[in-house]
Amino acid sequence: MADASEVWVYAEQHNGKLHDVSLELVSRGRGLADDLGTQLSAVLLGSDVTPLAQRLIAQGCQKVYVANDSALQTYTTLPYTRTIVSLAEKHKPQIILFGASHLGRDLAPRVASQLKTGLTADCTDLRIGSYVDPKTKEEKHNLLQQIRPAFGGNIIATIVSPNHRPQMATVREGVMKLSEPDSTRKGEIISVPVDLDGTDMILEIIEQHTTPKTVDLKGARIIVAGGFGVGSKDTFELVRQLAGTLGGEVGASRAAVDAGFISRDHQVGQTGTTVRPKLYIACGISGAIQHQAGMAESGTIVAINSDPQAPIFSVAHYGIVGDLNEVIPTLIKAYKSK
Amino acid sequence: MPFDCIVLVKQVPDTKRITGKAMKEDGTVNRSALPAIFNPEDLNALEMALSIRDSYGGRVTVLTMGPPPAAQVLREALYRGADEVALVTDRAFAVADTFATSYTLAKAIDKCGHYDIILCGRQAIDGDTAQVGPQVAGRLNIPQITYVESLELSPTAITVCREIEGGDEKVKCPLPALITVVDSANDPRPPRVKRLMQFKKAKTPTEIGRSMGMMTPNDWSENAEWQQAVKSADARGLLIPEWGASQIDADVTQCGFTGSPTRVVNVDSVTLTATEHKTVDPTEAGLRSLLAELATKHTLD
Repeated sequence: MADASEVWVYAEQHNGKLHDVSLELVSRGRGLADDLGTQLSAVLLGSDVTPLAQRLIAQGCQKVYVANDSALQTYTTLPYTRTIVSLAEKHKPQIILFGASHLGRDLAPRVASQLKTGLTADCTDLRIGSYVDPKTKEEKHNLLQQIRPAFGGNIIATIVSPNHRPQMATVREGVMKLSEPDSTRKGEIISVPVDLDGTDMILEIIEQHTTPKTVDLKGARIIVAGGFGVGSKDTFELVRQLAGTLGGEVGASRAAVDAGFISRDHQVGQTGTTVRPKLYIACGISGAIQHQAGMAESGTIVAINSDPQAPIFSVAHYGIVGDLNEVIPTLIKAYKSK
Repeated sequence: MPFDCIVLVKQVPDTKRITGKAMKEDGTVNRSALPAIFNPEDLNALEMALSIRDSYGGRVTVLTMGPPPAAQVLREALYRGADEVALVTDRAFAVADTFATSYTLAKAIDKCGHYDIILCGRQAIDGDTAQVGPQVAGRLNIPQITYVESLELSPTAITVCREIEGGDEKVKCPLPALITVVDSANDPRPPRVKRLMQFKKAKTPTEIGRSMGMMTPNDWSENAEWQQAVKSADARGLLIPEWGASQIDADVTQCGFTGSPTRVVNVDSVTLTATEHKTVDPTEAGLRSLLAELATKHTLD
């Protein structure tokens, strides 16, 4: 029997700006809600954040629950958990989705624990499907299939919460595609009362430092990425030069970032950014699964590596076995002189 | 002022070092061929606890939930300086998702008595969820601080520097609290030779039974020789306790598979598949033809 309860997306915002991952989740959530024949709602917490609700409606929400309170201005775990838990207990959504951001990975498990329900982290796909209990052979339909890598990315698991509600999942930024918003869409904005306990406000934020992102990997159509094989921060200049020549963005593997060749903002992979450029050129990247997870859906993959056995060659459309110190300058020369 | 720390650690397969040996013919990973290691970020958590003890005094207790071989990570904790360890183990705890795991660990923590700080690594390299820390904190109804890079302590509060998106923040929180530690927080100290020599003989009751050639608790629990060996190990400070469901007063229906709201339906191995694959000569001619092909497909202008 169809479940009329809603699909929810937690709408993360910082300083009055919605996090991209929440908009991506609304895009996907719209499809899930349609499959289930139910409504998609967003849950928005903050201080004076009601103006953001219309953007969520334009993205595909039929409803936005807005909880405004000065105590919610900056995220801390307990007040946000309490607010979402009491909202969920009242309205009983069948699904709640969170972005797997730093905030989401702090908040979602605590909310799930309080709601005594299951949570699957870092899903790479979400679908509606059926499940047969292997012991009782009981069939359940219209469950949220939570698909995710595990074991360092070496396996893909499909997980369901057959008997507990809400079904909860987190998804990393860039994994779900952002659909086109429609500013003519209409929806309901519901102001919810915020009822916090003194015991929720025990964490004191003394200071925060954030540096705005200088790199837009997600939006890049061409990415030239360097790995540990580049060898040094100085040699990384070659990667930058090739990116500049082709009009692309500079990416990096985790190993290159950890080695100090380039900053973490440039990291592509399971713990970095997931990217889908038209062209991805991997220079001196071995191609560990965790890296592949972040770029395997690129339109065309070109790999340059001196090791013919490097795993990257298995996913590359074009493989160049050679020394990047020679190949990159030659490539730049060939491009410029055509 | 001393602080009592409880560190939650996990034994995990070494998923970051998949070499040719662990790969099967079909391109999938042979999980059982991977060596078992101390979860890397749990080592950072242990290091943080030991540093707290170095600076302020107090006790460091290390707990792990796992099958009998997980005793190895407890020995490794002893080598590095842990004061007390316990293996939380029972068939009833097996196949637990993070919700059931957090229940079991919370009950084990209750058994430990007083604590000021609970520390764990941000996430384990097999499950990769980062959920157990926050869910244990939720069960214990204590505040949590995740992504911790460094901390300072006063008698009743902890001040930490933690990672947030695009930067970091400094927060202060009353104790008791649970923190999850990231790998950039510190460089874990190696085992100390003297403690290694001393504690490599530390064993669980199960290990003692198996070393005597017996297989299951049914075989050894009534065995006088085993009972004597356990007593003797305990007297020498070389007994690693095993805590089962009854020792931690756990409701078995909330543990393991039965206590898990999530179910794994399907597991597919990720195979490194060959796509349409062309080899390009690393010569100028080869690279020119690559560029021409990319231009034809409008991948490059």
